[in-house]
Amino acid sequence: MFQASNPRILLSIFGLLTSLLTPPALASGEVNVYSARKEDLIKPLLDDFSKQTGIKVNLVTGKEEALLQRLQSEGVNSPADVLLTSDAGRLAAAQQAGVLQAVQSASLNQNIPAIYRDPDGYWYGLSVRARPIIYARDRVKPKQLSTYEALADPQWKGKLCLRSSDSVYNQSLVAGMIAHHGEAKTEAWARGLVANLARPPKGGDRDQIKAVAAGECDVTLANTYYLGGMISSSDDAEKQAAAQVAVFWPDVQTTGVHVNVSGAGVTAHARQRDNAIKLLEFLASDQAQRWYAEVNSEYPVNPAIPPSATLKSWGEFKADTLNVAKLGELNAAAVKLMDRAGWK
Amino acid sequence: MPPYTNPPPQGGRGFWSLAAGIDRWTVLVVGLAMLLALPVLTVFLTALQPPGEVWRHLADTVLADYVLNSVTLMIGVGVGTLLIGVPTAWLTATCEFPGRRGFEWALLLPMAIPAYIIAYTYTGLLDFAGPVQTFLRLTFGWTRQDYAFPEIRSLPGAILMLALVLYPYLYLLAQAAFLEQSAAVLEVSRSLGAGSWRRFLTITLPLARPSLIAGMSLVQMEALADYGTVQYFGVSTFTTGIFRVWFGMNDATAAAQLAALLLLFVLTLLVLERLSRRQARFHHTGQRTQRPPRLRLSGWRRWLATGACLLPLLLGFLIPAGQLIVWTWRTAPQVVDDRFLELAGHSLGLAGGAALLILLLALLLGYGQRLRPRPVVRLAVRSAGLGYAAPGTVLAIGVMLPFAAIDRNVDSWAREWLGLSTGLLFSGTLFTLLFAYCARFLPAALHSVEAGLTRIRPSMDDAARALGAEPHGVLWRVHIPILRGSLLTALLLVFVDALKELPATLILRPFNFNTLAVRAFELASDERLADSASFALAIVLAGIGPVILLSRAISRSDHAPLP
Repeated sequence: MFQASNPRILLSIFGLLTSLLTPPALASGEVNVYSARKEDLIKPLLDDFSKQTGIKVNLVTGKEEALLQRLQSEGVNSPADVLLTSDAGRLAAAQQAGVLQAVQSASLNQNIPAIYRDPDGYWYGLSVRARPIIYARDRVKPKQLSTYEALADPQWKGKLCLRSSDSVYNQSLVAGMIAHHGEAKTEAWARGLVANLARPPKGGDRDQIKAVAAGECDVTLANTYYLGGMISSSDDAEKQAAAQVAVFWPDVQTTGVHVNVSGAGVTAHARQRDNAIKLLEFLASDQAQRWYAEVNSEYPVNPAIPPSATLKSWGEFKADTLNVAKLGELNAAAVKLMDRAGWK
Repeated sequence: MPPYTNPPPQGGRGFWSLAAGIDRWTVLVVGLAMLLALPVLTVFLTALQPPGEVWRHLADTVLADYVLNSVTLMIGVGVGTLLIGVPTAWLTATCEFPGRRGFEWALLLPMAIPAYIIAYTYTGLLDFAGPVQTFLRLTFGWTRQDYAFPEIRSLPGAILMLALVLYPYLYLLAQAAFLEQSAAVLEVSRSLGAGSWRRFLTITLPLARPSLIAGMSLVQMEALADYGTVQYFGVSTFTTGIFRVWFGMNDATAAAQLAALLLLFVLTLLVLERLSRRQARFHHTGQRTQRPPRLRLSGWRRWLATGACLLPLLLGFLIPAGQLIVWTWRTAPQVVDDRFLELAGHSLGLAGGAALLILLLALLLGYGQRLRPRPVVRLAVRSAGLGYAAPGTVLAIGVMLPFAAIDRNVDSWAREWLGLSTGLLFSGTLFTLLFAYCARFLPAALHSVEAGLTRIRPSMDDAARALGAEPHGVLWRVHIPILRGSLLTALLLVFVDALKELPATLILRPFNFNTLAVRAFELASDERLADSASFALAIVLAGIGPVILLSRAISRSDHAPLP
């Protein structure tokens, strides 16, 4: 039949595709970014950076682990210059995997406090994400609340909503608890939380907040920027739900509120190292730091930047001073602990 | 398996007597199939390490849950799609009732909705904080303790969601099978005194079995590989477990081992299914010449039929699409900008390119199997199809690793011998992405093409050749016209699937390249469901055209002589 023609057609199509679709040569005046921050939460800043410096930013977004895998497997030829993540543990993992390089910059060191960056300069935190307790205004008095630990108390039986332990935010939180209190105590605490659940864990952070607003439960844990997103949502129902809940900062007498950082590092084989450093410096600059607070309700790492109106309304808090890299180290232990405690 | 096949050309029947039977077709087909099986092989190779201590932890804690939930999901979705897909297919194919013509194509519409999107819309509607329950509470003054409402975010909920968007795959194949059944068979059974129920159960259904099983296996593989829906619903399955072990515990080997186990399970089921009908042959004695007259339903039966077809359409398409439209109405001005057209262009271009490429591959493999039906060819083609059961992210990494290895090796060779760097030839290109689509969606196309090829009997080739046609003339004037419907089905199925594809696109796409699915997912995973609706709706709209074409192709091409 058509033995001769079709394989040839196929081969030539493959050949054509390969030649057409290989990545363009790297021109100067560009910087390539692998970002685990979603496009909407980084592109506006990158566009500003391009406008100011004339450096074109090429962006691909994705899940952190997949981007890390991509960096690793591409090796020395990886086109990426910068890796952006929304979780410090993953930055530490990237450093351990050898895909980042140490860079030094006076302005980065000046703008970013030491607890939010790697001591050797492998990565820099750019925004702080806090995970406080969110409670129903009408059913809970703030004085009933104190610490994360106290949420395991039987008084909250059937009144607690939690997101699944698949969520990296809960994994980080539990990793932080392990760092402070040890595994045994943390596991007992996790069992206590599970016993208090109003329903099996499901949905995202906003879903937990909505469940509190609707009366399905009284307290939950959520990252503040989700509440911020609901306050500025185009959906009236979300706005109303946000108005029915309030933020409580736990552990301020003790270890501090659990925080994580989103951050960035320059890749080990970056060809446009200088541009990459410029981008990091821009992201730590006043203008960008203000953007994090105003557009996404994250806390700036730079303490000199005044908080946005929304952030101010939630009040000040003491953040956990544990080095965020520790959260990454303990992540696997945290996941296993939650498995044992029956936290779905 | 094609019931009608040419005898193997020369001696090499057995698996091991390869040398005796090497020819261009065998080499081509086996080579292509092995290439497409590369991602799955990569998973197995990564898994080939002694099990670590994570396994003890899993066995002690969550493994039983993973297995139980996955199996329940698979069986539940299988039964659900059967219950929805087969009766509706039979009704639209063989009966006459109000709205039949419209239902014929409209019942395919749910396949244009990505599974995780339908999950989001129903959660928005039925959740405790959603409009339905809020309405009930406000109307009757209830509080949480006063009433019981089924929880949509649960295992039964996940089964329902997946069944609602996956049943069209089964409907499609079942409908084609029912339409194909000749009047003669049914008349014989009628004249022998069989009632209509009995005819359906003893003739129609068994004759359609290969198609039903093919559809079921596609659906069940999709259900096993689903991540978005079950993850959002908080149901721990094998697939969520893979990601938990991989990302949460940072143990890629154990994740690969879990994935390999999942694939082995699917492979076992496929083999068992093949064995179970080894002896049976399913075919009609002649190309259908006369179509049986439609059964005119009367009285309450007519409206029952209309209702039975309306229900899945309502639940699987009209309600979720309606929710998407409401959200889009509200949010489109903020989220839709001038990049929207670019996104749509990327989505359509990629899906179109993938559909053509995969059709070509399916044709090559299908013909190869027909021309050289030896075990080694069959085995190769089967393993090329395993990618469908792998969770998309696992498959994507399975594509990424070997191509990156090729890049590295070519590069270091070029540096050593030519003194230059070739950089990345494959990684981060659209080629790799298209390859991943091929590895994933091939089975969907292959099923249709194989089904089409079984309709071409060797006697037709012989007759055409005897009448003086050249081999390529036989192809163009005999095969292509008979295959047209099957080819179009394959093309459109893959197009709609590729339009919805997310995990591989997310991981493998080049710089500055987004699709509608990526955009919808990013907004949804940032918990901005309403904002993601415009992009989800665009996917659905882009899928509707092909779906309608698909249905027209089926009712026209191979069923031309209507009475």
